[in-house]
Amino acid sequence: MRNIPEQCEVCPVNKDARLVRLGASFANSDVIIALAGNPNVGKSTVFNALTGLRQHTGNWPGKTVVRAEGAFSFSGKRYKVVDLPGTYSLLSTSTDEEIARDFILFGQPDVTVIVVDATRLERNMNLVLQILQITNRAVVCLNLVDEAERHGIRIDDRQLMRELGVPVVPVVARSGKGIPELLRNIADVASGAFVCRPKREWTETGSLKKAVGVLAEKIGTEFPGLPNIRWVALRLLEGDQRIIDAIRSGELATLADRQVQNGREEKEYVVQS
Amino acid sequence: MSSSREQILRTADTLRWELGERFHDTTVEVLYGEAARIAGNAVTMPGTKPRLNFERMLDRLATNRWTGFPFMFLILAAVFWITIEGANVPSALLAELLLDTLYPALKSLGEGIGFPWWLNGLLFDGIYLSIAWVVSVMLPPMAIFFPLFTLAEDFGYLPRVAFNLDSLFRKAGAHGKQALTMAMGYGCNAAAIVSTRIIDSPRERLIAILTNNFAICNGRWPTLILIATIFIGSLAPAHLSGVVSSLAVVAVVLIGIFFTFLVSWGLSKTVLKGEASFFSLELPPYRPPRIWQTLYTSMIDRTLIVLWRAVMWAVPAGAVIWLVSNIHAGGISIAEHVVSALDPLGIVIGLNGVILLAYIIAIPANEIVIPTVLMLTVLVTKIAGVGSGAGVMFELDSELATAEVLRAGGWTLLTGVNLMLFSLLHNPCSTTLYTIYKETGSAKWTTLSAVIPLAIAFIVCFLVAVCSSAIGLA
Repeated sequence: MRNIPEQCEVCPVNKDARLVRLGASFANSDVIIALAGNPNVGKSTVFNALTGLRQHTGNWPGKTVVRAEGAFSFSGKRYKVVDLPGTYSLLSTSTDEEIARDFILFGQPDVTVIVVDATRLERNMNLVLQILQITNRAVVCLNLVDEAERHGIRIDDRQLMRELGVPVVPVVARSGKGIPELLRNIADVASGAFVCRPKREWTETGSLKKAVGVLAEKIGTEFPGLPNIRWVALRLLEGDQRIIDAIRSGELATLADRQVQNGREEKEYVVQS
Repeated sequence: MSSSREQILRTADTLRWELGERFHDTTVEVLYGEAARIAGNAVTMPGTKPRLNFERMLDRLATNRWTGFPFMFLILAAVFWITIEGANVPSALLAELLLDTLYPALKSLGEGIGFPWWLNGLLFDGIYLSIAWVVSVMLPPMAIFFPLFTLAEDFGYLPRVAFNLDSLFRKAGAHGKQALTMAMGYGCNAAAIVSTRIIDSPRERLIAILTNNFAICNGRWPTLILIATIFIGSLAPAHLSGVVSSLAVVAVVLIGIFFTFLVSWGLSKTVLKGEASFFSLELPPYRPPRIWQTLYTSMIDRTLIVLWRAVMWAVPAGAVIWLVSNIHAGGISIAEHVVSALDPLGIVIGLNGVILLAYIIAIPANEIVIPTVLMLTVLVTKIAGVGSGAGVMFELDSELATAEVLRAGGWTLLTGVNLMLFSLLHNPCSTTLYTIYKETGSAKWTTLSAVIPLAIAFIVCFLVAVCSSAIGLA
């Protein structure tokens, strides 16, 4: 992971050669990235570092309540970035959690970048695991590693990567350290050069596993090619109204279609709030 | 086709029934357990140093039951003091450049080109002067206040304020997160209305929306700071005037917070009945603010955007002011008609007709109230030697000169105090009202969010006027 020497990271030539910040001009983008994470972990700072936009950042939770969108181009491809509101989980029903969940599920981003506060890894991990149940194309951006170091916390990012099955990149978004690495990993996951294999089986125990299995089989027959059948089944068992509606209306089928085509056309998705 | 989907849903219902109630909790427990395991495997804490001592000390001070509020009060006072003291010099410089130098030059340029008198008047006496006024009155305090406020925000002080206020909000039957949306309102009420989305319960969200107006927004800070400097600061000896006027602004902020609680409480006991819900608030670590970026973003995002908005509104307002003061009916101008009609009502609530007319003209944007008040005051009192015609803004190179004009217009300490209170309490600006309509989708709540503050503004100003005349102040 660390084959780029540190001097190159801060070398302006390196960045300028590959990363072009496009600000708010995100028409005709090749790849769509969602930025998710707990509140106040620096999502907006990462967003600004990627797009060159100056989305207002502030040190308090709940600052971003609407999606912000921006763009950049990296190694010849155009990326659209969507900054989602910060949430602790995707299980409850508040507006901000719904916006984040719906976009990750129905907006079908090519890569979901999960920004994580390195000083509070355990709490952040709850959300990471929930997101990895929905999508298998994700990159974990381990932000604030400098602050963690200040507090005497050391994080083994390779160990984390093995456990999660997706790339984990240590970053200091405020100073831009690690952003080139993050870009490279996003590009690899988007192009399929890196195949994520998130583990999911642990969620289900005993009778639940059987129930999910039964339901997943039925869902799989009705909506072939769905990437997260077991998660959909679990949500259905929990009585998630949004999922019930998506099954009833057949909206889930469109997700499966996109997955099969693997097409890169611009996907317009409007969040109802 | 849809029958197979319905069958999936029926299967889900049956299975849910078989699984029983516990499985949701079990799923969450398993999730948390797995998260703890993964995090535990990856994190090592050599020497397990505790949180930095400095931060712990600061938090003890900032969130302590006894020192939390005085600490907040001191920080606010310091911010206003720096703003008031710092804004004097650039204000005078700007006024000299825009009003003393550029204005006569533009006017003679217009005459040189051969503009008709009315065009010259409309363009330069009306529109240009109101823009120049807005810039020289508003730019310096904003350019100092916003960076300071943003630094405090970047540092991580806002969640501490929310922490301190949380229990009070809950006692008022509102959501603790309302403290955060209120803090947002100190920047812009319209943005804060959008930020109330972080409150889940619709009842508590409506309370937060309806009371957000009592958080003083960008547009009102300059008004309050200027009036405090002129009417309250000038009562104190010169070396103390900065301190006294910042304390006056702090007092207005605290009155605003008081009304936030009062109205929240009133609403939660009447039309929006219900229990306050609980939430967990995270106190983020203090982070060293990024000075240059903060300066840049607060200049671009706040100062210039607010200034631009003010200038955009100042253009039509300047034109309207010039027109109402130059179109005559029955020997006197329209403005004078309106002012004398509004005067009785204005006097009763300790203000005057000029201020009320200025509020009507400035309804689209709070920012231009003070320039409008000053222009109209000159017009009505016809102060000799200031300005050169009806509806002309005049040259003021210091706050002292502003004070003279206002006193000549019959202003007293009561007028100053009540203008500050009125500015704090009156209805939100049109942008905010539009945002409230978009967020609530309800004409009823939008109307209420304008009517409640306006009614409170009138009642409070009236009471203050009555009290002060009772004790013989005015």
